[in-house]
Amino acid sequence: MQRVRIRATGDADAALLPIFGAADQQQKQRPRKGGDEEEGGGEGSQKLAKKGEKLKEDMDALVDEIDEVLEENAEEFVKNYVQRGGE
Amino acid sequence: MAIPKVMGTEIEYGITVKNDRDFDPISSCVLLVNAYREDHAGRILWDYDQENPLADARGFQVDGEKYTPNQQENIARNKTLVNGARYYVDHAHPEYSCPEVTNVRDLVLHEKAGERIVEISRREATALLPKDAEVLVYKNNSDRKGNSYGSHENYLMDRRTSFKQIVEHLMSFLVTRQVYTGAGKVGSENRAQPCLYQLTQRADFFETEVALDTMVKRPIINTRDEPHADREKYRRLHVIVGDSNMSEYTIYLRNGATALVLSMIEDGAIRRDLALRDPVRAIKEVSHDPSCKREIQLENGKKLSAVQIQREFLEMALQYASSRTLDAQTRDVLDKWQHVVECLERDPMELSREIDWVIKKAMIESFMERKGLDWESPQVQMLDLQFHDVRPDKGLYNLLERQGKVARIVTDEEITRAIHEPPEDTRAYFRGECLKRYAGEVFGVNWDSISFGIGDEPIKRVLMGEPLKGSKAHVQDLLDASPTAADLVRNLRA
Repeated sequence: MQRVRIRATGDADAALLPIFGAADQQQKQRPRKGGDEEEGGGEGSQKLAKKGEKLKEDMDALVDEIDEVLEENAEEFVKNYVQRGGE
Repeated sequence: MAIPKVMGTEIEYGITVKNDRDFDPISSCVLLVNAYREDHAGRILWDYDQENPLADARGFQVDGEKYTPNQQENIARNKTLVNGARYYVDHAHPEYSCPEVTNVRDLVLHEKAGERIVEISRREATALLPKDAEVLVYKNNSDRKGNSYGSHENYLMDRRTSFKQIVEHLMSFLVTRQVYTGAGKVGSENRAQPCLYQLTQRADFFETEVALDTMVKRPIINTRDEPHADREKYRRLHVIVGDSNMSEYTIYLRNGATALVLSMIEDGAIRRDLALRDPVRAIKEVSHDPSCKREIQLENGKKLSAVQIQREFLEMALQYASSRTLDAQTRDVLDKWQHVVECLERDPMELSREIDWVIKKAMIESFMERKGLDWESPQVQMLDLQFHDVRPDKGLYNLLERQGKVARIVTDEEITRAIHEPPEDTRAYFRGECLKRYAGEVFGVNWDSISFGIGDEPIKRVLMGEPLKGSKAHVQDLLDASPTAADLVRNLRA
């Protein structure tokens, strides 16, 4: 039986109390997560071109969305972002 | 035999208040941390008696003054949460130390839950400010003006493994793991060589190899010897050289590969000579090279790239794994490590869904191309900063995640649950459950103790020197048999 001390602060008569029985660690099995599926490669240049176009459209949409939320006064904001060192 | 790698991270966040001319970082931090309310909302102290940040792992005590706040300040700056975490004000930054976990999946879950908690308190704090003001919080490590704040990983290690052995084998691993642990940064600072974009936020700030400091002259390997556990049996390796990562995949691999290498050090399984001639120089050379091809100088005269050195560690790990029965998750870490090293060998940009610095670089490059900007433009610097913004709608990493552009490890539901539930297989469970059940009687908390103040009786302190004890399996019956804190203390005595 493992023991954990409980003590009264400022009091020398620390009592030894049993708590937390022997370690019977349960190793949890988590479902495996594989790497991400590769996107299926298209066959032929037409398919590739289409895929390229689609990627570009996706990217354009993403850039637009980023542009919408990006802090407006970037220059001033970045300049004023000053932190004290930490740790 | 290596001991189980109980882990945790401490993340310091950057903070500012938009439209506030009199912004004061410390009072903003206090506002932020206190805006987070749990039901217990108690007056619980952080127990500084148990702390000793000036003990050095090389076997001595450093002179200096130990910080101990008065009671009021203590309560205002420290929150212990029902999920077992500590959320507090550290110097001029809000900091979230996640509860102790036994595996990297739980680590991702709890580090991410920390981001959500910071976001909840950010919203609550903003509501208390004048109309136009808004608290903004960033999970990054630099203001790009030479000021850095930390992201620290903690790993439980066997005290019998000497600190010298750890330093000898870990140094080249830490310097080269940047190729997949970096959070990316536009430009350089702190008098480092100029560059347009680099792998990490932090490399520019490391000035020495091994030391106790964390705030000045930062060391690649930190010697703080404060195990927060039975010090005869354990050390807590305090790794301060990492970045605050946004990507779940990056966090998973960062801690997973590092924990595996530490187990290998404990088992004497690192046998290749990969010592670097000048680690402080190498850490910057690696960070400043997004091609990941640059070779660094080894002590034995050879030259290898960071990816080649990681390949060496990976091969040793695969060999180590082949002679042991590993759990499914450690095997998964190895698979991901292998995948990442292979991509880095071909073209690092293949990792634009997995690894933070690549995700960020790909995002910035798309934006620059479309808008005709260059690396020095203010918008590009803003993209860098806002990548780390914790707001779900404005944070750019969060935007990419919502769009399905980054690899996930856990689900949003699991993260939400981790805001309120401690891990079940470490002492964090006992800590969290005590706060849920007996908050009114909890007097003070530290990682390895919890004390109760019941009526007029002297304070009773329960010591928890074993990080793996106090798990659900150990204490559920005890807790269920103890409707009050007085019952708990009585039952502990029985």
